[in-house]
Amino acid sequence: MQDPVNSSPPHESSQAERRLQRSVEKNSILVMRDITKTFPGVNALQDVTMEVERGTVHAICGENGAGKSTLMKVLSGVYPHGTFDGTIELDGQPVQFKSINDSEAAGIVIIHQELALSPFLSIAENIYLGNEQAKRGWIDWNKTNLESAKLLKRVGLRDNPITKVTDIGVGKQQLVEIAKALSKEVKLLILDEPTAALNDDDSAHLLELIKQLREQGITSIIISHKLNEIEAIADRVTIIRDGKMIETLEMQSGDVSEERIIRGMVGRSLESRFPDHESQPGEELLRIEDWTVHHPIDRQRKVVDGASLSVKAGEIVGIAGLMGAGRTELAMSVFGHSYGSNISGRVYKRGVEVKTNTVPRAIAAGIAYATEDRKRYGLNLIDDIKRNISGSALGKLSRFGFVNDPEETTVANRFLKSMNIKAPAVTAKTGKLSGGNQQKVVLSKWMFADPDVLILDEPTRGIDVGAKYEIYTVINRLADEGKGIIVISSELPELLGICDRIYTLSEGHITADVPRSEATAEGLMQYMTKYREVDA
Amino acid sequence: MTAPTGLDKPPADTKPARPPAGGALSYLTGQLSQVGLFIALIAIVVFFQITTDGITLKPINISNLIIQNSYILILAVGMVMVIIAGHIDLSVGSIVAFIGALAGVMITKWDLPWPLAVVLCLVAGGLVGAWQGYWIAYFGIPAFIVTLGGMLAFRGLAQIVLDNKQIAPFPDGFRDLGSGFLPTFGSSGYEPLTMIIGVLASLALVVSAFRQRRERRKYDLESEPLWWFVAKQAFAVALILLVTVQLASYDGTPIVLVVLGVLVVGYTAVMSRAVFGRHIYAIGGNLAAAELSGVKAKRVTFWLFVNMGVISALAGLVYTAGLNLANPSAGNGFELDAISAVFIGGAAVTGGIGTIPGAIIGGLIIGILNNGMSILGVGTEWQQLIKGLVLLAAVAFDFYNKRRRSGV
Repeated sequence: MQDPVNSSPPHESSQAERRLQRSVEKNSILVMRDITKTFPGVNALQDVTMEVERGTVHAICGENGAGKSTLMKVLSGVYPHGTFDGTIELDGQPVQFKSINDSEAAGIVIIHQELALSPFLSIAENIYLGNEQAKRGWIDWNKTNLESAKLLKRVGLRDNPITKVTDIGVGKQQLVEIAKALSKEVKLLILDEPTAALNDDDSAHLLELIKQLREQGITSIIISHKLNEIEAIADRVTIIRDGKMIETLEMQSGDVSEERIIRGMVGRSLESRFPDHESQPGEELLRIEDWTVHHPIDRQRKVVDGASLSVKAGEIVGIAGLMGAGRTELAMSVFGHSYGSNISGRVYKRGVEVKTNTVPRAIAAGIAYATEDRKRYGLNLIDDIKRNISGSALGKLSRFGFVNDPEETTVANRFLKSMNIKAPAVTAKTGKLSGGNQQKVVLSKWMFADPDVLILDEPTRGIDVGAKYEIYTVINRLADEGKGIIVISSELPELLGICDRIYTLSEGHITADVPRSEATAEGLMQYMTKYREVDA
Repeated sequence: MTAPTGLDKPPADTKPARPPAGGALSYLTGQLSQVGLFIALIAIVVFFQITTDGITLKPINISNLIIQNSYILILAVGMVMVIIAGHIDLSVGSIVAFIGALAGVMITKWDLPWPLAVVLCLVAGGLVGAWQGYWIAYFGIPAFIVTLGGMLAFRGLAQIVLDNKQIAPFPDGFRDLGSGFLPTFGSSGYEPLTMIIGVLASLALVVSAFRQRRERRKYDLESEPLWWFVAKQAFAVALILLVTVQLASYDGTPIVLVVLGVLVVGYTAVMSRAVFGRHIYAIGGNLAAAELSGVKAKRVTFWLFVNMGVISALAGLVYTAGLNLANPSAGNGFELDAISAVFIGGAAVTGGIGTIPGAIIGGLIIGILNNGMSILGVGTEWQQLIKGLVLLAAVAFDFYNKRRRSGV
């Protein structure tokens, strides 16, 4: 099919020159053309083309595993030239990056989701790590600290550059990463899920900063799930799905809506983010009374103070709270005293008091706990799907201490299908799966253990919109089977969308028990901040 | 077990595992890390066969090789389990000396019948393991430190028990454990019992491999091309029969080989199919996740070290019987041989990965190195140098393969 722009008589200037002309005309700082990258058995990217205009904020949107991070790794040189097909043009010139050093020298800096800061080094040391202000191998500390202070000012941090990075919060660490990028005289800044670990205040501050950088002429590419943020700061959005570029939308054009972006990402329109569900609560399954937990190291400090809550069969109950309120600590301490010291209180199962002071006892009492950090506490990433699924209930599959391998495989296949886990086979290693699929494996593990009460800690963290919906559906199904579900989540919309009742936890105290019909985000937030001391 | 029905097949939309495109050679290079070990073993054998003018594969040498290096293989079986769990045991050499000392005292000084002494020594090994296991599993001191202390302490105990002297000789029955052979039949040619055992072993291997393959194919999990599978089985059988024939033309089946065979078959079954084995892989792969899944990590670790203690005791008995000597300085450096064997065999330093067959091959490589270099008259100092370099080379090769495969 004739390309209208390109269809000029053959004796005209060459293809490359024409392209260059177009780029410069359009003021593009970056053109990635027909990028194709494959791994053994997987097409990560297929003919992806993306053009980023100078001095804009360009968002990349897509489900987990769609290929966004891969695309950025191609751009930044993590996947060097030669390991992929396609071309990259920076400022109209084709570039071939052999390493991250090459891309950084060209003015491209990528800030990963997992911050690459060394926790026990100072802010200044981190900013100049690998780029030391040194003369003949000896570091000039005065210069380092001075220059760092200037950079910190640009990003809005007033901390002393000699502060250790581990002593400042995640929000500030993110800003230090940006200061680090500025020290490299960045022209094109790539941010991978920059606000994923930040609270609302820090997120807002960061987004403001990105806008400021735009005014200073720095182009930013943001990979994000958070559609409201994209709407707030992006000029253009590229939607990627299954390794293919679906469309690029101009945010100003007026016909871009959250609905449209979701549809592009997922390939179908979502009626609503949360499946409909009517609960039929039955008998009380679990009651926790007067639960008090002290800090494991500072044994005088109460992390949970006299908390009481309950959940009925068929009910989905939420626990809302700010970071540090004690939600995970509450759950982990109930589940086998896996956190904390000096724990007191009572646990009742169907009205009868039970001891849950070891994990096996908690499991025997019919409680399951899906951890907040699935990679660290929920899965053996080296091992395959089926062994992870059977992990908590090997007794069901074994006789005389020997595991029945075919039965284990059958069970795993059943979950692979019913949970829609995308993997080539149940012998695939869990470490290779995407976040959403890993979470499904964790859920499968606990479903196989067949508990009466499931405590799910941040069950949809780091998971794309489509997979979240699937997990909500599973939660509803479990409730319909008569199980009691407790959901701990930092996303209020999520709790409001799926829970029948929501408890609020503030500094270790249960401050409210709000039924869905009366719950609002503002109201919950008030209860969540009841005990919080206001920062001066 | 329920008969497989259509419902048990994997969901229709998961792609069945296919043999990879690109032909035989590319498949082989993909399997390189798996076969790399075998190739290394063959290469070393061939090397020594040539440089020793054919002595290496002579019947008498194969027999000696097995008898003289059995202790490494026995220790490797226990050590690989410890390393998979994320721990290590530096005390095994000293336990070998200590148990050998106990055997010496029980049999020659206390005049206990040697079978009783053997049982008591195994129990003693278990107690030693329990002692170390307590400190590691329940008190929480890292295994490196506890077993380092054990290395020193049990060496001291061995010297105390023997009053720093050697004890010899041992009764014939006991000696058979280390250097004896199964009863032989027939007068010349190939000893029939040995041949039968070898053939049965080959059959058992092939049958079990076929059954495994059939099982995997049922779930569409099998991706190994048939020709490769057959080649591997043919190769393994050839190996077994070669050893069998050579043994049969010498003195028959060494008793330690039977002991080893039972150990390897038994523990391979435990590691691949038993709940206990599963738990070992789980705590090695991610301790926190295992505990939060209900695995009793402390208990597993404790019994793991009890197990290592018993296996070390067995190695001690076999070694002492083989040498016909209880020596306070026995077992020096055995832990290094065992640990090297495990890592050459492909275990991961951080735990969670490793196999018993791998450790056995690693142990064989070390054994053949020991044997070959002895025949060539290489001095012990050179032997140390070479073994160290081989360990590095083997693990470097393994790392290289893993990195190449993950495309980084």
